[in-house]
Amino acid sequence: MPKDHGIGASQKRREDVRFLTGRGQYTDDINLHGQTYVYFLRSDVAHGKINSIDTSAAEAMEGVVRIFTGADFEGIGGLPCGWQVTDRFGQPMQEPGHPVLARGKVRHVGDPIAAIVAETKEQARDAAEAIVLDIEELPAVVDMKAALAEGAAKVHDELSSNLCYDWGFVEDNKAAVDEAIKNAAHVTTLELVNNRLIANPMEPRVAVGDYNFANDESTLYTTSQNPHVIRLLMGAFVLGIPEHKLRVVAPDVGGGFGTKIFHYAEEAFVTFAARQIKRPVKWTSTRSEAFMSDAHGRDHVTKIELALDADNNFTALRCETYANMGAYLSTFAPSVPTWLHGTLLAGNYRTPLIYTNVKAVFTNTVPVDAYRGAGRPEATFQIERVVDKAARELGVDPIQLRRQNFITQFPYSTPVAVQYDTGDYVATMDKLEEIMDMSGFAARRKESEAKGKWRGLGVNCYIEACGIAPSNLVGQLGARAGLYDAATVRVNATGSISVMVGAHSHGQGHETTFPQVIAEMIGIDESQIDIVHGDSSKIPFGMGTYGSRSLAVCGSAMVRATEKVIRKAKKIAAHLLEASEADIELKNGKFSVAGTDKSVDWAGVTLAAYVPHNYPLEDIEPGLEETAFYDPSNFTYPSGAYACEVEVDPETGKVQILKFAAADDFGNVVNPMIVEGQVHGGIAQGIGQAMLEAAIYDENGQLQSASYMDYAMPRADDVPFYIVDHSCATPCTHNPLGVKGCGEAGAIGSPPAVVNAVIDALASGGKNVGHINMPLTPHRVWKAINS
Amino acid sequence: MELSDSRVIKASPDAVWAAILDPEVLKACIPGCQEMAGSVEQGFEATVVQKIGPVKATFKGAVQLMDIVPGQSCTISGEGKGGPAGFAKGDAKIKLTPQEGGTLLEYAVEAKIGGKIAQLGSRIIDGVARKLADEFFAKFQSVVEGPAEETSDEGGEATEKKGWLKRIF
Repeated sequence: MPKDHGIGASQKRREDVRFLTGRGQYTDDINLHGQTYVYFLRSDVAHGKINSIDTSAAEAMEGVVRIFTGADFEGIGGLPCGWQVTDRFGQPMQEPGHPVLARGKVRHVGDPIAAIVAETKEQARDAAEAIVLDIEELPAVVDMKAALAEGAAKVHDELSSNLCYDWGFVEDNKAAVDEAIKNAAHVTTLELVNNRLIANPMEPRVAVGDYNFANDESTLYTTSQNPHVIRLLMGAFVLGIPEHKLRVVAPDVGGGFGTKIFHYAEEAFVTFAARQIKRPVKWTSTRSEAFMSDAHGRDHVTKIELALDADNNFTALRCETYANMGAYLSTFAPSVPTWLHGTLLAGNYRTPLIYTNVKAVFTNTVPVDAYRGAGRPEATFQIERVVDKAARELGVDPIQLRRQNFITQFPYSTPVAVQYDTGDYVATMDKLEEIMDMSGFAARRKESEAKGKWRGLGVNCYIEACGIAPSNLVGQLGARAGLYDAATVRVNATGSISVMVGAHSHGQGHETTFPQVIAEMIGIDESQIDIVHGDSSKIPFGMGTYGSRSLAVCGSAMVRATEKVIRKAKKIAAHLLEASEADIELKNGKFSVAGTDKSVDWAGVTLAAYVPHNYPLEDIEPGLEETAFYDPSNFTYPSGAYACEVEVDPETGKVQILKFAAADDFGNVVNPMIVEGQVHGGIAQGIGQAMLEAAIYDENGQLQSASYMDYAMPRADDVPFYIVDHSCATPCTHNPLGVKGCGEAGAIGSPPAVVNAVIDALASGGKNVGHINMPLTPHRVWKAINS
Repeated sequence: MELSDSRVIKASPDAVWAAILDPEVLKACIPGCQEMAGSVEQGFEATVVQKIGPVKATFKGAVQLMDIVPGQSCTISGEGKGGPAGFAKGDAKIKLTPQEGGTLLEYAVEAKIGGKIAQLGSRIIDGVARKLADEFFAKFQSVVEGPAEETSDEGGEATEKKGWLKRIF
């Protein structure tokens, strides 16, 4: 019988009660006394020199409180970048300034030029129209290779070129990789684009700044995945406000997908402006603004070569990627195409020699940063597409080629610096073949053929590095922050528990899953336990939620803190039971003396901790509250195998996804239903990337796909019912829960399966197509069929 | 975005040329033009109301005639700012060639849009631009050629029809 309690129980998400009844408290629900509204006047040219900004007419308009421009930020810091990459030649990346409001130049459509603070939103907007801008349009660089060409317009005049860095990894392997490719029995080459995406969380970004001049304290309410990171970056680098005078609150947040990790100009602005005008300032993004101010994702152009020996063993892999940074370096942008991408290029395979070169490029486009998976989807897509193409070229079964090259011994040190602790790629592939009913595919293909359709089956594997990560390692790799997490377990007098966690829940269901862990450890009911998150004044510290790290890192901190609580509680119980501490056992919420019928329940011990009348005060302090910081010793390595079955209409090029299966290894699972939901959402976004989504700029740097009329998000009829399984669990060896993380897997593992399936379908119709770039719109597929 | 086309205007090149230089003619022909002031030498200030896809806006901007070769060719260059709707700018290169029965007017338009109209209307901008150019030159043609019944056979038929209808009623 499935568990209904503790670790492994599919408990319903308790947070959904408020979300589904309209009682969530989002940032836009926060309205403060005396609040003003800000409207950002944004650039509508991609690149231009600001000759003048005349705000005089606008300032005289009704309701206008104050208008700010770049000049008001003289002497104030710019938005910092949280990761420094060192290039192939040992030099630090080129790091341009990133002003809160544009100074001197505008560098992308959407770059904020002026901020109008007024009594109402409408007044702010009206006043923006009265601002007279004299902006001299400059040639824009949009295409990455053109941006690197001699004589290209420079996005940042103070830099030597538009090249942020030229990174090689592992540089020492380069010659050996070149040699191996030269001597290979077969080399498969593939050039591909990992399309630029816009995250589109359901809730657009919002920021409310408040200033209390009685105690000189600033508060920022914001739609963030990591309020402490924002406090650190904004306080220390932008506004110079010490931590004890700055509180950052991220209440209910309606989806993040990475794009709400970063510290944005609007957050710094409302905090700054509230101090200046001594009134709260609120900004609510419109959907149109979100398209041109939320950091975008992906946008890599890659050439990959896979070398094989005569027996089809992989001998070397060489990749060359151009990665778009956009106009400025967003918070973690430099890490995405490098350490979150290059280190994953071994995939699930024993390829002994790997080299990748990444050129990160500035263009006059919205900054690009992490989006669900961040670097790992790009790595997975390259590997799994090139392996599939190799199988096709060699005339071997793509599953067999993968199986033949799987890593089977763990721990496994890859040639790209990471060590996989556990995994069982054969098991997930076996499971995939079973749940996908692959043996029935031939018959299903015949059925499709009878209808005049081409049916294809695509398979891929993935590996990802999650639970980001050991601070000492990421520090060596250029991170400017540690990546531990923290939790405080506060046990109240009557035995109920508040857990203050550094992870932030914006769809992940922490309020449900985290209590399940503590309930299991202590043996009390989950209803006794609440999670507190998202407020820097309430939680000890935390690096937030991204990189599928919440349970693996913050959950581990919570386990450590709970262990400390239990140790102390046992001391109290030993005193109450007049027994030796070593003999005390905790089971089902009851402390008992081993081998006797003497016991005291959980609430009896917690009450004693707060009403210490009969208490070992000489040995321990009253109260029952513990904090732990947890810094993992390695990443975690979830892995899996995915399959997709499609039907292509050869007349129109329309692709219908009929079947999709995912066999994942997430290690131990706390709440199977929530894990399944995470996988579903990830696959939907992966299918979105593969089939529908693309951020398109024209040659002048105008974002053309800037509304839902032109940016196609997946809808219910674009996705099939998913078959998901996570029974092939090899627990993580280095965290106390043995968990690996499941948040990004679906988005990482699904795009190659879709493309492989379409290529397979076309092949069945006699059209051997090497590759089709995503999204696989009917037009592109039709062109591939008819070329 | 680029488009080019040509049409034959039943008037002499000199008459066509004079019309191009006449702000009143331009005002009458630019679709949605509300105001137009200025001169060929100084350039014109124009206010144009346009709807592109879901965005309707008033564009204020400057129109200039450049590269003038009297009686033969010129470039009409315009730039309009539509406030929150964004901007539109473009050049229309115009060439006149005498031809039997009138003047061949060839034009090549290059247009650029930005801001909200680019974000929301880029899918339909080509169609919109073609329609606007058509409207402009059709109007221009009718203004230069004068009332249809005086010059064209078709016009003649229409006049006849009118007369015929009149007889009925």
